[in-house]
Amino acid sequence: MSTVTVYVPRDSAARALGADAVATAVLQETRQRGQHIHLVRNSSRGLFWLEPLVEVQVGARRLAYGPVQAQDVAALLDSGMLEGGQHPLALGSIEDHPYLQQQERLTFARMGITDPLSLSDYAAHEGWRGLHQALDRTPQQIVQEVLDSGLRGRGGAGFPAGIKWKTVLDAPGSQKYIVVNADEGDSGTFADRMVLEGDPFLLIEGMIIAALAVGATQGYVYIRSEYPDAVAVMEQAAQLARKAGYLGPDILGSGRSFDLQVRKAAGAYVCGEETALLESLEGKRGIVRAKPPLPALRGLFGQPTVINNVLTLAAVPFILARGAQAYAHFGQGRSRGTLPFQLAGNLRQGGLVEKAFGVTLRQLVQDFGGGTASGRPIRAIQVGGPLGAYLPISLLDTPMDYEALSAVGGTLGHGGVVVFDESVHMAQQAHYAFTFCAQESCGKCTPCRIGSARGAELIETLLAHPQQAAQHSVLLRDLCNTLLQASLCAMGGMTPFPVLSALNHFPQDFHLPAESFPAP
Amino acid sequence: MTASAPSPSPTPLSPAETQALDQALAHWQAEPGGLLPALHVLQDELGFIPPATLPALAQAFGLSRAEVHGVITYYHHFRQTPPAHHCLGLCQAEACQARGARALTQQAQDLLQCTLGHTRSDHHWQLEAVSCLGLCASGPALMLDGTLHAQVDAQRLQALLAAVPTPPMESSS
Ligand SMILES: Cc1cc2nc3c(=O)[nH]c(=O)nc-3n(C[C@H](O)[C@H](O)[C@H](O)COP(=O)(O)O)c2cc1C
Ligand code: SF4
Ligand code: FES
Repeated sequence: MSTVTVYVPRDSAARALGADAVATAVLQETRQRGQHIHLVRNSSRGLFWLEPLVEVQVGARRLAYGPVQAQDVAALLDSGMLEGGQHPLALGSIEDHPYLQQQERLTFARMGITDPLSLSDYAAHEGWRGLHQALDRTPQQIVQEVLDSGLRGRGGAGFPAGIKWKTVLDAPGSQKYIVVNADEGDSGTFADRMVLEGDPFLLIEGMIIAALAVGATQGYVYIRSEYPDAVAVMEQAAQLARKAGYLGPDILGSGRSFDLQVRKAAGAYVCGEETALLESLEGKRGIVRAKPPLPALRGLFGQPTVINNVLTLAAVPFILARGAQAYAHFGQGRSRGTLPFQLAGNLRQGGLVEKAFGVTLRQLVQDFGGGTASGRPIRAIQVGGPLGAYLPISLLDTPMDYEALSAVGGTLGHGGVVVFDESVHMAQQAHYAFTFCAQESCGKCTPCRIGSARGAELIETLLAHPQQAAQHSVLLRDLCNTLLQASLCAMGGMTPFPVLSALNHFPQDFHLPAESFPAP
Repeated sequence: MTASAPSPSPTPLSPAETQALDQALAHWQAEPGGLLPALHVLQDELGFIPPATLPALAQAFGLSRAEVHGVITYYHHFRQTPPAHHCLGLCQAEACQARGARALTQQAQDLLQCTLGHTRSDHHWQLEAVSCLGLCASGPALMLDGTLHAQVDAQRLQALLAAVPTPPMESSS
């Protein structure tokens, strides 16, 4: 029998569900049976309810089985898994799965398909094409391409990437930097992690293109410490790219120079805020800086700096390879291209869904998500991370783009969609938002540092004295206004989003007796 | 160099501490912004950042001891006391809340006889609140002694904890 290729993901979510044990079992069981296989630890397709997802190459197709546990492996092999045999866990050709078929994967095109640390896999799947295009262009032309694509920052603020790059390009400075914001602190999000662990050369390619565009020679990837696998993979990928001549003093013989360093964060949510991140990279406490000066003009070590989210830079190779129009063709209004949405929380089919802007919340949570995992009705959906609004089901038809979300008092943030069923207590969620802010505040301004703690207390009082609820709600709204208006950054400035949305859409939960509010 | 308070008599470093410090400084002293990575090396090697290393760190990075102390205490990740034998980090963030993280936390506290955010008096367990492990489609999620686990229900938590040999607690705490 010839050698069959078997894929078992190395993504940390797959590993957290038992992928390593599955990989070991596949090796052992096939060896015992005298079957020859080639095991590839690929990235994850992002269909997490099916992880660990095992794939077998049969002819031109990849036939999938999942979710597989180590103890299933023997039976799977008995059923002829290596030839694509039938079994209750068989899913057929994975690429025909509706969850994938109905996506528009531009940034995540390689996800689940390749070995993250294989340079030849990367090159065979359109890798480095954007870089080759960029090497043939002037910095102005590269910046123009990014401007024309309409790409906006994917870290939360949605600022046009091309404008930021142009500012850095035009800024005087002998040393410029590319900084990747891989702090991914938003709960309910994992798309950065998937790129870091699953397609690291994509991020490196995006960074090199940015460097060529603005004239930077040094880059940093600032990765949260909660992602040890991502740190390890990025470090290995950088080494491989350096050896192959993509990084270093003479990129592919072009005479241009760029290199990068991976830096580990240390567990402070606010260090995802760009100026706090820069402080942290400089080795200091991650306290938010007042703006101006913009980081684009005076950023890392006081030099002009592009700071972009992982997904922003990961979108760039496609834009250079296929052209700005190919990207801008997707999306609607001022939200061009696609967003890798992250479906999380109480969903039957949580995972990564890359779709053009404009897909509705309903399509995401019902068509893709398949409703709640608990089987109870959906009650609230928090979109855009811990600083995002809680939306009721009456807003399920909201199209997902930057403007539509802000019109309903929310934010698209980093594309996280967290679903709660009817067991959720919304006053408790509002209380959590304040507690989180109090814990993570950098402490620079009073409304955020003190106001968040007062906010949490106020909700406790409100629930303890339902007869004075009206009066306390007024106070609560006042406090939210102060935070909205007087905070230096979005930590304090957006904590009112989850609180006010809970109060506006679920007022009855704020009149529930205190006993129904479990101690935090 | 920044002026610092008169130094009290320096605590001698253990051989392991000296070695970790040398390693951290050899790698990071000359790097811009090298203090954080140096602290990571120390904590990765020793499990914590011994306060006795502060004077050397301060000197190497041209800072006062107070500044180094300020950096260490600012970040949730860094600790200045040795960790417990075993560490359970439970995700407390929204996507895991939506899948029962609060009940799971209660169960863990009961099973380990330890409150969230604390270390048991026998130093066998510490129970930490973590905010998102990036496994939000497969919650509730936790990290047990450095290994991630997802979709952890009550039964699975019990099995995971039962697999870690734990001496019974003295009733004093
Ligand atoms: C409290 C706070 C936390 C943030 N966390 C992140 C984060 O984890 N990742 C990220 O990319 N941006 C984060 N941001 C947004 C950054 O400040 C900044 O807008 C972003 O890095 C710019 O890159 P982009 O234009 O590519 O989005 C955060 C902002 C705030 C106020
Ligand atoms: S709003 Fe909060 S996090 Fe932002 S600068 Fe002020 S205190 Fe710091
Ligand atoms: S919210 Fe728990 S892993 Fe992300």
